[in-house]
Amino acid sequence: MRNPADHKDTWLRRAAVIVPYSWLAAFFLVPFLIVLKISFSHTELAQPPYAPVLDLTAGFEGLKAFLTDLSVRNYELLTSDLIYLSSFFKSLEVAVISTAILLLIGFPLAYGIARAPRQWQGVLFMLIILPFWTSFLIRIYAWINILQRDGLLNAVLLSLGIVDQPPVWLATDAAVYIGIVYSYLPFMVLPIYATLEKMDESLLEAAADLGCPRWKAFWLVTLPLSINGVIAGALLCFIPIVGEFVIPDLLGGSSTQMIGQTLWTEFFSNKDWPVASAVAVVLLCLLVVPIVIYQQMQVRAMERGR
Amino acid sequence: MRRGMSIFNVTTVALGLAFLYLPIVILVIYSFNASRLVSVWGGWSTRWYVELAQDGAMIESAWITLSIAIVSASVATLVGTLAAIALSRFNRFRGRMLFTGMVYAPLVMPEIITGLALLLLFVALEVDLGFWTITIGHATLTISFVAVIVQARLLDFDQTLEEAAMDLGCPPGRTFLTVTLPLIAPAIASGFVLAFTLSLDDLVIASFTTGPGATTLPIRIYSEIRLGVKPEINALCTILIAVVAIGIVATSIIGKYSGNRRAAIGIHGH
Repeated sequence: MRNPADHKDTWLRRAAVIVPYSWLAAFFLVPFLIVLKISFSHTELAQPPYAPVLDLTAGFEGLKAFLTDLSVRNYELLTSDLIYLSSFFKSLEVAVISTAILLLIGFPLAYGIARAPRQWQGVLFMLIILPFWTSFLIRIYAWINILQRDGLLNAVLLSLGIVDQPPVWLATDAAVYIGIVYSYLPFMVLPIYATLEKMDESLLEAAADLGCPRWKAFWLVTLPLSINGVIAGALLCFIPIVGEFVIPDLLGGSSTQMIGQTLWTEFFSNKDWPVASAVAVVLLCLLVVPIVIYQQMQVRAMERGR
Repeated sequence: MRRGMSIFNVTTVALGLAFLYLPIVILVIYSFNASRLVSVWGGWSTRWYVELAQDGAMIESAWITLSIAIVSASVATLVGTLAAIALSRFNRFRGRMLFTGMVYAPLVMPEIITGLALLLLFVALEVDLGFWTITIGHATLTISFVAVIVQARLLDFDQTLEEAAMDLGCPPGRTFLTVTLPLIAPAIASGFVLAFTLSLDDLVIASFTTGPGATTLPIRIYSEIRLGVKPEINALCTILIAVVAIGIVATSIIGKYSGNRRAAIGIHGH
């Protein structure tokens, strides 16, 4: 028995469960049910711009009318119109490639910090987290300063004689990848660093004593022991990147949109709320598996901490 | 982990940090550029800060953003701390699985989905959009971050302290106030600061839940920078970076202070 309070129904216990539970149910769970419902509705030139609206005062007849009026038309549109399919694939492509780049950069960085002398580790750790605290929008904006046509990058390239004509960086996929890798790097480094930092160094000594070369010890000992950090970091980056809106909107071109941009356009420009809702539902279905895996890892990590 | 950095390790860390900091440093430097053009260095100047100070709409946005951040971070800190207590101290209650899911999901949920969902709720309820809808949206997003930080602390410290207090006849509510709360206070403080900065920073949820007269700074910055670089925005970003930097220094001092005090009275977790 860990905690005597477990069995006593105190004011604290009731508040600790009921308050967050009701808040999250009202403002996180119920809104998703509304999105689901509207995704089966059709567009109306009225306020709100969708129909049918569930009229609870009409009783059972109202409910019946409401149910018969729902349709899967929006989902048919998503599968038949190439705009939606291509933006889903674009999002997955960008998320997979940038997660891979993040791993390639993030792992050596985390490894380097984990091997740094103890007294430096706190400082290095802080330096990795700090950019996360400054505004995300500001960090993207900083890259517009650098990547624009008469920006710093082209000035450097021209003065070094690497290029004759200033290349276009903004509104390209390259700029989107730079922006994503830059913004998400701390999310990749931190979980990997956390697992590497806890690793027992005597394991590597044992491997060396037994004549295992260092690269092989890295492959057989370090990498498998840090796999939890690698998976956590990859999921922490992959899931939000799929739904990313701001980075492709500010740094990317208009040729292929990511799914977040398509949702944004449907909602704000086309005012087609039902289609925007259907896009959100499909996006959520795509992400539900990685989200559940991530949550299971979180719960297990917390339980190990007990 | 074996200590000792090879040249490769030092290089990766140095390059990684340069990659993270160089763009921000460049932004700050250019905010003091006298020239309107980014490519031309016109000498040091504070003219963009002066122009910013005269921009009434921008200052109004700053106040709205600050008020939303303070209110939403306070709500998120209260609700998030309660959620952390429920998750770390009460193993069994009805619907614990759903509860855990709802606490962790906003951490990774694309904001564009959360934002859309919240707006549709507010429209269905026929609520006037504006200050309060953005505040509710930000609180909902940041509750999870507070909960995770406080939960880590609740699981970390020596829980026999709570048991000892209760064995000696201290009622659970009082045990919480006199033993648990002082121990988790630094985590609650960092949770508040994180919730505050996330709210200052948020564009997507604010864009969905905003209404007339509630244009936050990120919404304003976003609409400006879609049209290209502006020196006034460089100055504004530099001020925001400075505010966050001061906040972080302040929290780390608070953290250090409470850490020392804990060490002094001899109740260290490990």
